[in-house]
Formats: sequence, structure tokens, C-alpha cells
Amino acid sequence: MASKAVSDDPDRASGQPGPHTGRTRDTPGPGTQPGKYVSAGVVGAAKILVVGPLGVGKTTLIGTVSEIKPLSTEAMMTQAGAGVDTVLTPGKTTTTVALDFGRITIDGALVLYLFGTPGQQRFLPAWRDLAKGSLGALALVDTRDLAASFDALGNLEDLGLPFAVAVNVFPGSPQYTEHELRAALDLLPDTPLVACDARNLRSSVQVLIALLGHLIDTAPPEAHGLVPPPAPAPASAPAVAPAPAPAGSTATESL
Amino acid sequence: MTDRPEDRTPSAVRPYVITRGRSDTGGEPLAWETLVMATDAAFPPSLQPEHHKILTHCQGLLSVAEVAAHLGQPPSVVQVLLSDLVAWGLIVIRPPIPPAEHTDVTMLRKVLHGLESRL
Ligand SMILES: Nc1nc2c(ncn2[C@@H]2O[C@H](COP(=O)(O)OP(=O)(O)OP(=O)(O)O)[C@@H](O)[C@H]2O)c(=O)[nH]1
Ligand SMILES: [Mg+2]
Repeated sequence: MASKAVSDDPDRASGQPGPHTGRTRDTPGPGTQPGKYVSAGVVGAAKILVVGPLGVGKTTLIGTVSEIKPLSTEAMMTQAGAGVDTVLTPGKTTTTVALDFGRITIDGALVLYLFGTPGQQRFLPAWRDLAKGSLGALALVDTRDLAASFDALGNLEDLGLPFAVAVNVFPGSPQYTEHELRAALDLLPDTPLVACDARNLRSSVQVLIALLGHLIDTAPPEAHGLVPPPAPAPASAPAVAPAPAPAGSTATESL
Repeated sequence: MTDRPEDRTPSAVRPYVITRGRSDTGGEPLAWETLVMATDAAFPPSLQPEHHKILTHCQGLLSVAEVAAHLGQPPSVVQVLLSDLVAWGLIVIRPPIPPAEHTDVTMLRKVLHGLESRL
């Protein structure tokens, strides 16, 4: 089975006619697309998972924050697999999972990858592989169908991956209070819960900021001991003030 | 002989054929976010087309996942091919931030501030 390749790439140099599909990738000059490569000063990479049910906005959020046009690849895995998607032995039942991903370069030194994965239980094997080495996850929730997110949230808890929850507001979404949502989703008190419009850059970055704030808050004390006192946070970003204030109560005001 | 490989179109070649049936590289597979880049070493003439294609895409730093997407191959296949190229000295890697440093608050704060500067 041929795996589906890259999404089209309109902000490429205009010299190349026609739509770009995976099949045309072998045309000349794969090394010459502007912005294709990670900048040479980058010394390390980290990743974050973006999870949630079908249609919740994973691809949209990744596209909004990514510096490259989101790419797509199809991971293969064994149906009943133990989390290894490198098992290519003929005869085993394999299935593919489409994964979207995007990239953010931080200060020219570090690159952050966002991998979007479907939330259903049957995709858990694909997650395990990706979850290994992830900083944490964003769980997207659509209030029109809260139950559709239960699998994804349960998987994150099983994997022990720290996460923040982003509620994407769709037209006609029922309005819930934060308390109702936390109860319905059975969230721990310190898990960030933020309203989000995945189509909006500021809003999407704010969700990532809430996640990073949570990762810092929950880092073990010895990790904190290694650093000088935190610089004051910019006034525009109260959600992530590094103060030891009540965690989780900070990022939710927009709900 | 019924085995007529010339009848196969490249897209019909199953991934385990491309990797000659190898499904792992002896060690941990390269993580999807591992950054890779071609070295200046000359390509040996005997290189398989799949290996060659990877090298043409790796003229700068790219993650394993990006190489897979640009190539239109599953990452599991690209992981194996890349490991070959690493072993042959044709690709160098920058490994991901090790999990032990994930809780390094200095690193997390850098990411946080980088994100804040995008607002
Ligand atoms: N109103 C609103 N619409 C959104 C938001 N996020 C995504 N959408 C829309 O919802 C639809 C589905 O979004 P996708 O990003 O494709 O969702 P997905 O989670 O990637 O879906 P699958 O890949 O099918 O699982 C698109 O038409 C988006 O424009 C949001 O935050 N608010
Ligand atoms: Mg999607």
C-alpha cells in the first residue's frame, strides 16, 4: 500500500507549476524548497502529541501554529500490536494510522514537533510509540460530544503523559461551566482546561503555553532547584505565571 | 519461474521488500523527531534508489517524520533505511532531547518563552 504523502505546499517557490501531491515529490530540487529544513543552529528536538476524537480540530490546530505546511504520514502498526510499528512481517495484520504533524522552531535552537493522532482506543498502539519521549499532550474536546473524548483522555492517563485540555468551541456548542466540564471529563484539579479556537494563532499558542506552564508546575522539585529564580512573566500572559500559585486555576478564565 | 520482479511497479513494492524484510535495526528505532542530515561523503554507486532518495532530501536538517512524509513512505520503513545510512556514514543524527531532561525546567522555560514570543 502506498502511503499518502505530503499535503500540498502553496508557499513553495513559485517556479513549479501544478499542484503538489506526494507523487510529484520526486521532481527536481527536493533540497531547494524554502523553509523546508530545520535551521542549522538547532541542537535538539522535542515533541508534543495533539489528541482527540475525529473532527475535533487536531489538523487545524497543528496547521495554525506550524511554521511549515502540516505534513502527513501513515504509520503502520500491527492490529493487536504491543506498540511497535516497525513490525513489517508479512502475514501479520497491519493497519495504518494517518498522522499529521507540524513544526515550531524555538529561538533558533530547539525544534518542537506537534503530532496529531486520532483518539480512538484502537489507535492506542500508535500512540505508545509516539508518546515515548513526548513532553506532554494536548487533548482537544468538542462540547457537542464530550463522551467522544473519553478514550483519548483515558489513554493519556494510562500512558502517564501530562496533558492540558483545550475545548474547541463550535457553532451551536452547548455552554458548560468550567466546573461542569471538569466533572464530566473527570479532570484532576491541576489539569489546565482552556477554551480554544484552533483556527486562531493566538488562541492555539495560548493552549500550548498552558501546557508548558503545567509541565513546569509538575516538574519534580529537583528540576526547579537547578534554575535561578523565575523572571517575571509578561503581563500579557497571566495564564503561565510561573508563581507557585494554585495550579490549574490560572489558564481557564476564558471559558 | 513465476517470480517476475520486473512486473512490479515501484508503488506495488511492499515496504518489507524495500527494507529486504528487515523490520528492525538491532537497536532502538530512531525516534520520529530525531533530526537527520546527509554528510558530505560521496554516495556509493551501489546505493538502492530508496537510500538515494533519502539523501537527496536530507541536504539540511529534517526530522525522521519529515523525511518519511517527503518520501511518501511510512516512518517505520524510513527508520530502517536511515539506520543503514547512519551505519554507512552517509547520514548523521541529532538525537532528541533525552527524556531525563524533559523535566529540566530550564529547557521547558525556554520553550515557554519561545511560545510567548509568538503571541
Ligand atoms: N468553530 C471552530 N471550528 C473548528 C475549530 N477547529 C477546527 N474547526 C473546524 O472543524 C473541522 C474539522 O477540523 P480538523 O482540524 O480537520 O479536525 P481533526 O481533529 O484533524 O479531524 P480528523 O483528522 O478527521 O480526526 C474543520 O472544518 C475545521 O475548520 C475550532 O476551534 N472552532
Ligand atoms: Mg485531522
